[in-house]
Amino acid sequence: MAGPLYIADPEELVRAVELDGLTALFHVPSGMTHILAPPAPQILAALRGEGADAAELARRLSESFEIEGGEAEMEARLAELEAAGLVRRA
Amino acid sequence: MRHEFAVQVGPVGFRVGSEWRAPVASLQRLYEGYPPPEGGVADFSVRLEAERPWRRWMKPSVAIRGDYVLPDAAPLALAHGLLAAEMGMNLQMALGQKRYLLLHASAAERDGKCVLMTGASGSGKSTLAAMLGEHGWRFMGDEFALLDPETWLLHPFPRAISLKNRGIHAMEELVGPDRFGPWLKGTPKGTLRHLRPRQDAIARMGEPARPALILFPTYGADTAVRPVGAAEVFVRLTQASTNYVTLGERGFGALSHLVTEVPARAIDYPDGKAAMEAVEALWAELS
Repeated sequence: MAGPLYIADPEELVRAVELDGLTALFHVPSGMTHILAPPAPQILAALRGEGADAAELARRLSESFEIEGGEAEMEARLAELEAAGLVRRA
Repeated sequence: MRHEFAVQVGPVGFRVGSEWRAPVASLQRLYEGYPPPEGGVADFSVRLEAERPWRRWMKPSVAIRGDYVLPDAAPLALAHGLLAAEMGMNLQMALGQKRYLLLHASAAERDGKCVLMTGASGSGKSTLAAMLGEHGWRFMGDEFALLDPETWLLHPFPRAISLKNRGIHAMEELVGPDRFGPWLKGTPKGTLRHLRPRQDAIARMGEPARPALILFPTYGADTAVRPVGAAEVFVRLTQASTNYVTLGERGFGALSHLVTEVPARAIDYPDGKAAMEAVEALWAELS
């Protein structure tokens, strides 16, 4: 059974700057700044425009990256990003 | 108000009103040579009022009021009225400044470029900027540095330098008594004495500078220099800013430009001389 679908805000609603392997991200709708470690910025990029559940997200990311932990890892990261207001249920 | 004092400090004009003469007289002496607010209009007002009407005469106690007020700001003894005025000016800046990203930092300029120094109270950032200001640098400020989000230039805020404890003695060895304010003993911040910056810092208070070096000084250990990663610099500077959240995207743009373009180092130092040498060496290497 498919899990909940998550989507991230489009590119024009975030400002991101690379800082030594971390990413400083300004989220325009909330006015909040976040410091993100991988794979969070990659997850946000993969969820822009088209939502996905954890399994689909793991598949999308695995096209470009080696994913450890698979779907369970994605579920945990999605919960964190949802709590931070950076992804929402589609 | 019965007694008033108005002054321009960098890009900001202040008017201080007081129910007592003494704090205004101290400000007039300390800020001798500073211009009045540009166009005669102050950006911020500070009022030093009696905490209760009868306390203007009986055991006077100064409450700080102004355009922006902290409801729980503790009143100060009248003997510390100068500190109350300075805290009031700081408070108006911290709560009301919207044009610049306000960094709780000291700064000094040379050849159009500046070093920015930030750290906790007791790190020695005020004394270090004051010492640089007596050794070929232009003192830009000891409390607030104002980063312009449009130009990324740092604007000076060269108010009177607030020296504490050992910093007072270090500067007394370099500067004659005519530039010092009165001793303020037993204040909530310990023993304080203010120092008027050199005339060049006052005359050039309208000249910004390009940030070229960020330092996080720590007093008390043998000299050591460590690089600081851009992400850590970013986080530490958001913590050192009183209006980062208020400025929103402009603040993010200014700060992210600063941390990606300007090298940063943490320096430990055992005394002022060692700190000056460390700053000069890093300046020669990195700026």
